[in-house]
Amino acid sequence: MIFESLAEKLQKSLNKLKGKGKLSEKDVKQVMREVKLALLEADVNFKVVKKFVNSVKERAVGHEVMESLTPGQQVIKIVNDELTKLMGEEQKKIEFAPQPPTIIMMCGLQGAGKTTTSGKLGILLKKKGKSPLLVACDIYRPAAIKQLEVVGEKADIPVFSMGDKQNPVNIAKASIEHAKKNGYDVVILDTAGRLHIDEELMDELENIKSEVNPKEILLVVDAMTGQDAVTVAESFNDKLGIDGVVLTKLDGDARGGAALSIRAVTDKPIKFVGMGEKLDQLEPFYPDRMASRILGMGDVLTLIEKAQANIDAKKAMEFEKKLKTQQFTFDDFLEQLQQMKNMGPLDQILEMIPGIGSKQLKKLKVDEKELVKIEAIIQSMTKEERQNPSIINGSRRKRIARGSGTNIQDVNRLLKQFKETKKMMKKMTNMEKAMKKGKFKFPFFR
Amino acid sequence: MFKKLFGKKNNSENNNQQTQQIEKENNTTESEENKKEGFFSRLKKGLSKTRKGITEKVDVILKSYKKIDEELFEELEEVLITADVGVNTTMRIIEDVKDKVKERKITEVEEIRELLKEELKEILTEVDENISLNIEPSPAIVLVVGVNGVGKTTTIGKLAYRLKNEGKKVLIAAGDTFRAAAIEQLTEWSNRAGVDIIAHQEGADPAAVIYDGIQAAKARKSDVLICDTAGRLHNKKNLMNELNKIFRIVEREYPEATKEVLLVVDATTGQNAVLQAKTFKEACDISGIVLTKLDGTAKGGVVLAVQSELKVPVKLVGVGEKIYDLQDFDPDNFVEAIFSE
Repeated sequence: MIFESLAEKLQKSLNKLKGKGKLSEKDVKQVMREVKLALLEADVNFKVVKKFVNSVKERAVGHEVMESLTPGQQVIKIVNDELTKLMGEEQKKIEFAPQPPTIIMMCGLQGAGKTTTSGKLGILLKKKGKSPLLVACDIYRPAAIKQLEVVGEKADIPVFSMGDKQNPVNIAKASIEHAKKNGYDVVILDTAGRLHIDEELMDELENIKSEVNPKEILLVVDAMTGQDAVTVAESFNDKLGIDGVVLTKLDGDARGGAALSIRAVTDKPIKFVGMGEKLDQLEPFYPDRMASRILGMGDVLTLIEKAQANIDAKKAMEFEKKLKTQQFTFDDFLEQLQQMKNMGPLDQILEMIPGIGSKQLKKLKVDEKELVKIEAIIQSMTKEERQNPSIINGSRRKRIARGSGTNIQDVNRLLKQFKETKKMMKKMTNMEKAMKKGKFKFPFFR
Repeated sequence: MFKKLFGKKNNSENNNQQTQQIEKENNTTESEENKKEGFFSRLKKGLSKTRKGITEKVDVILKSYKKIDEELFEELEEVLITADVGVNTTMRIIEDVKDKVKERKITEVEEIRELLKEELKEILTEVDENISLNIEPSPAIVLVVGVNGVGKTTTIGKLAYRLKNEGKKVLIAAGDTFRAAAIEQLTEWSNRAGVDIIAHQEGADPAAVIYDGIQAAKARKSDVLICDTAGRLHNKKNLMNELNKIFRIVEREYPEATKEVLLVVDATTGQNAVLQAKTFKEACDISGIVLTKLDGTAKGGVVLAVQSELKVPVKLVGVGEKIYDLQDFDPDNFVEAIFSE
C-alpha cells in the first residue's frame, strides 16, 4: 500500500542482497526495480525513469563494492550520485542584464505560486542591493492585481499596475519605461497562470517576450506536479525558451519528482525553491538535496557516506563485542549517542543495520530533540549508575531528573528505552548465533 | 435544474434553451455569447482531453499486439502510470485484469479494453455512497479545503453560481484570511454569482469568520453556506489543527446542517494527492473531492488512487476558469469517456 513507508520497502530489498566483491547483474537488477518504483512514486515521469534506470544499470554492473557498504547500499549510492549529476551539479543564479533594467518574466500554470514567488524574488534581490519593481500582468484572475499589491506592500517593493483593462503586453512595455525613468534595475513581470495548451494565452507570453526581451524567463512549477510536468515544461520551453525553473511548495511532503522530469526534458536549471508562504522563504536550489528527496531515502544516503567516514572501526568492534556479551552500559549508550548525533537521525542509523526491521524500531523511536535531554540525563548519573542501571531507585531518579533539568517521567522513559535496546540487542545476538549455524548473514556486523 | 441539464448532455437543443434560461435569470458579468458556447463545448473539451490521453494510447497499444502477453501488460501499466494513477493502484488494476483474462480464458487483445474499463469502473464505484453533492435537506454547509493553489476560491465561485441557479439561497464565508487578496478574490466571485458573502479583515481568525457565517446563515435562513478556507499544506501541523478547529466549530454551531467537506485536488497533482486526502480526512473528515484543472493535459488519474486507497468519492470536476466550468463527476461517464472509441 502507498502508506507503507518507503524505508521499509527499501530495507526489504536491500536485505536481499548479500555478498561482496563486484556488483553482479542480479544485485543491480533487484535494487533497480525498487529504485524504479521509488522514482515513479515520487512522480518522476515514466519515460524519464525508464531511461535513467537503464543507464544506471549499465554503469553499476561490475562496480566495486566499498568495504563498509553492502552491495545494496552500493547500488543506492551509485543511483544517488547519478541523480545528483542529472539534477545539475552547480547552483545557477539569476543573470543580470549588462544594461539595466534586468527583466524577469514569471510564467506557469494556474496556482503554481507565481505571484508569491514574484514577491519573494523581489525581496531576495532587494537584499542583494537591487531595486526591483513588481509588475501586475495578470489581468484575468479576480483580485490577482490586488494580491500582487498586497505582496508588494508587505515586501516593501513598488508595484506597477495599469488595472485589468489593458493588454498585458502593453503593461509590460509601459513598466519597462517606468522602471527606466525611476531607476529600478530589476523588473519582475507577474503574468497570469495559463494552461500550456491555451494557444491564445501562450501567444500573449510570446508577445511579451518579443516586446520586452526578458533576461530571465522563469517557469514556476508546483513541486506536487505529477506525470504531466514533462508536457508542461516542454510546452513552455518550446514556446518561450525558459531560462530556469522555480520549484514551489517544497515545504510540503511531495517528493518532487517533477524536478527531475523537468531537468531531463528541458535541461534548464532549477534556480530557486519555495519553502513556505512567508515572503522570505525562497531558497537556492541544492541538486544533491533534491536528488535524495526524490529517491525518498533522505538522510539514509547521508548516512551511507558518513558511515564510511565517521565510525571508528575499532570502536565499532568494541561496541559490537559489548553488545554481544550484554555488557552494554549507559556509558556506551552515551558514546553511541554522541557519535550518532554527528551522523543524523537515530532511527535511520539503526535501520541501516540489517536484521533490525523498521517495525521493531517503532517501539523505541527516539526524537532528535530528545537526544540533548537524554545526554543530560545520562550525564547526571553517577558512574555506578551508568554501569548498573538496575540500582536506580526512586530517590536516585529524582536526583537525576533535578540534575539534568528534566522530570522523572523523562528519566523513566530513558530507562525503559535502554532496557528495550538491551532486549533488542539480545535478540540480535541470538540471531547471530543462528547465523553461525548458517541461517542468517549480517553484512553490517561482519 | 442543473441536474437536469447534466443528465441531457446529448440533447443540445434542449440544453441551449435551458442555458439561455439561466442567462435570463442571471445577469452576471460574463458575456452571454461566451456562456452559450462555453458550457457544453468546454464540458466536452475537458472530457475529451482526458479521453484522448488514455484511449488513444490504449488503442495504439492494442493494435500493435496480436496476442496477450507480459509485454502488452507492461505497456498498459505504462499508460496508467503516465496518467498519474500511481504505481500501487496500477499494479492492482493490471493484476486484476490478468486474473480475469485467465478466469475467462480471454485470448483476444481487443477484449482487454473492456476489462480495463470494467476494472476502472469498479474502483470508482467502490464507494457505494451517494456521490452527488450532499446538501439536502437544507440547511447545508459546504466546507472547502485543500493545499495551496488548487483552485478552492474559484471552485467556490462556480459552486455558488450553480447552486443559486438551482434555486438555493447561498451564502459564502471568506475563511481564507491569510493569503493576500483572497478575500477580494472571493468577493469578486460572489458578485459574479450574485450571492452574499460574510468576510472579515485579512489576518482575522478564520474560525471566527466561519462562526459569523453560520450565525448569518441561520439568521438569513440560507439553504447552503459555502466556507472558503486558506490553502494549507497537509504536513503543517499547526495549520491542520486550525482546520480541525474550524471543523469543530461547524459541528458545534451548526449541528442541524447537512455537512459536506470538499477537498479540492488539482488534476496535475501526482501521488501526493493521496497523502493530501489522507491527512485532510483525519483533520476534517472530508466527504468528497473536487478535481480541478481537468481542462489541461493532465489526466487526473490520481482520482483512481485516492478512491482506491481512501474511498473518498470525487463529486465535482472543474474544467475551466469560467463561472460555469464545474460539472458533476459521473464515474460511469468518466470511464466510458476514457475508453470510448
